[in-house]
Amino acid sequence: MTETLVQEPGTEPVKPSRPSGEPLLVVDELTKHFPVRSGMFGKTGLVRAVDGVSFSVQPGETLGLVGESGCGKTTTGRMLVRLLEPTSGKITFEGKDISHAKGAGLRQLRQDMQIIFQDPYASLNPRHTVGRIVAMPLQVNGINPPGGVKKRVQELLELVGLNPEHYNRYPHEFSGGQRQRIGVARALALKPKIIVADEPVSALDVSIQAQVINLLRGLQRDLDLAFVFIAHDLAVVRHFCQRIGVMYLGKLVEIGDRNSIYERPAHPYTRALLSAVPDVTKMGASGRIRLEGDVPTPLNPPSGCRFRTRCWKAQEICATQEPPLTIKPNGTTAACHFPEEGAIK
Amino acid sequence: MRKTDSASDVPAAGATDGLGGTVALEVNSPVDAPIEAQKKEFVGRSPGQLAWLRLKRDRTAAISAITLVILGVIALLAPVIGKLRGMSATQPFTDKLNDYAMPLGYAGGMNSTHWLGLEPGNGRDILMQLVYGMRTSLLIAFASAIVASTIGVLIGVLAGYARGWLDSAINWVIDLTLAFPFLIFALAVIPIVEDRFFGARDAIPASFRVGLIIATFGMFSWTYTARLVRGQVIALREREFVEAARAAGAGTQHILFRQLLPNIWAPILVTLSLNVPAFITTEAALAFVNIGVIEPTPDLGRMIFNSIAFVASDPWYTLWPGMTIFILVLAFNLLGDSLRDALDPKSTR
Repeated sequence: MTETLVQEPGTEPVKPSRPSGEPLLVVDELTKHFPVRSGMFGKTGLVRAVDGVSFSVQPGETLGLVGESGCGKTTTGRMLVRLLEPTSGKITFEGKDISHAKGAGLRQLRQDMQIIFQDPYASLNPRHTVGRIVAMPLQVNGINPPGGVKKRVQELLELVGLNPEHYNRYPHEFSGGQRQRIGVARALALKPKIIVADEPVSALDVSIQAQVINLLRGLQRDLDLAFVFIAHDLAVVRHFCQRIGVMYLGKLVEIGDRNSIYERPAHPYTRALLSAVPDVTKMGASGRIRLEGDVPTPLNPPSGCRFRTRCWKAQEICATQEPPLTIKPNGTTAACHFPEEGAIK
Repeated sequence: MRKTDSASDVPAAGATDGLGGTVALEVNSPVDAPIEAQKKEFVGRSPGQLAWLRLKRDRTAAISAITLVILGVIALLAPVIGKLRGMSATQPFTDKLNDYAMPLGYAGGMNSTHWLGLEPGNGRDILMQLVYGMRTSLLIAFASAIVASTIGVLIGVLAGYARGWLDSAINWVIDLTLAFPFLIFALAVIPIVEDRFFGARDAIPASFRVGLIIATFGMFSWTYTARLVRGQVIALREREFVEAARAAGAGTQHILFRQLLPNIWAPILVTLSLNVPAFITTEAALAFVNIGVIEPTPDLGRMIFNSIAFVASDPWYTLWPGMTIFILVLAFNLLGDSLRDALDPKSTR
């Protein structure tokens, strides 16, 4: 099977040596506030789903975004592919500001940026054949690939490890993992440069997760794709991502390369998150950091550092002054007044 | 055609079969079925085809459908039946009535010429009245159901997709329409509109009254479909396949007609099929309160209305139109229920 992950004809040759330092995607102070109203004339409030998130993605790189439910990682992903309009902030793709692109510009952009969804049962139209689903991006963009749409679709199905003869089948005839592969094929149809994968494996069985992750890895290698990989499963992220950003309550609290994050996290939240990963080698509750209380509501986030209400190191300064994202001694960039030092183990 | 296509697409297939088609397709996964099966193009069954299969297995649906087809054909062929029997619906057989204007003979005058007897009073053939009356009823019911569904789908899609103030406004209109007592409105509006177009002495054409009834039904009954479609659109537009289409750059038109509508035609069809019997009974009710189809156009509801005066002396006159309406409505309702079960196997009775 691995041998069939061939470069399909017609794709641009992979350019391994891009001018380094020029990121594919730059996100600067990205913010999304959702207004909430209760009743027709009720009080309005703002859910600060994403509140000033900045990061960048190099070509061909995989950036993982982790965090617990409701921390804004999915909202960030949807803003990147412009399914949601950012409240403020700037998204720069290949040097162009795309945060408010419209019409033809947006259409062009959508060919370069695609998204893979979490739920393989909801992300495929049950009334369309697999062929129609995968061909949809080509059809709506009026693209007629050499050899015809059908040939291209079958190439794509083969690329993601599906039988190209299943062209005329319907989604309900496939398993969850196969459906997710169909979603991947659809995302690849427009030959994007970056794919936002919104928890692509969290709805799948563990054995199937590995298959899909390996498929994505193979595709990334072969097609020189960049990924923004949103997940809450830290093991999966560690396996897949070169760089990892940790989000808490709409903020990026720490970002850094895989090894630094996993072995020497600077932010207490990252450390707590990592300690929650079950580890069969460590029996008992050793090292597990239990966070007290619930995540505060994003309607009214805490002042200063948002994590301070649950942080065991919080002091007065944490409530008054928001910690800036700075490079910490362990090599990651973290927002904390009292960063952790040293390795976990 | 398709067979050759798929064969030439697979590079490893190489030379196609000269010797009975034992070509190893290496590109496929090893678990594949025997070569013969593989050579056939895989064709999946769409949800629509599956529903059709379920519907075909349903006895009730089959019986109702056959009944409806027979009645429908009879209604459509009303003029042919008239010609075969050598009489028209409005032809009075006064010579077959006695001095009290009651049909001669037993059981409302049933005999080999007049199978279901004669109308007391004006001596028209009941079978011909029924056949033509059924035609009127079905025409009005189907036309109204189509008008109501069309308006309902358009407004429902609009409300569900637009959301915001437009949705609120449409919802408000729907609530208002639902709060209106339909029969009273019809009683008021049908004579007024007719007065507006025709003088007191003008003969009102039957088609005008029929059109007016259809319009009144359409105006009042789109709300159920609209509510249903709105809900479906709201539920579906948040689904990820719609977002995938948007992320690929699809426009509103594509999302509405290619992504959403194929997923809501099933409930639309069910409401349509359940609207028809509702309109048949309502139309009969209108005729009963004398604002239905006017003489001389035959109508089932008006037949019942007329027959009430004779129910003690000639109950057969009431029985025939009553039974016809009953069979029509029952068959439509049963078929509608079966349709719903077939289209949505998860729903419980």
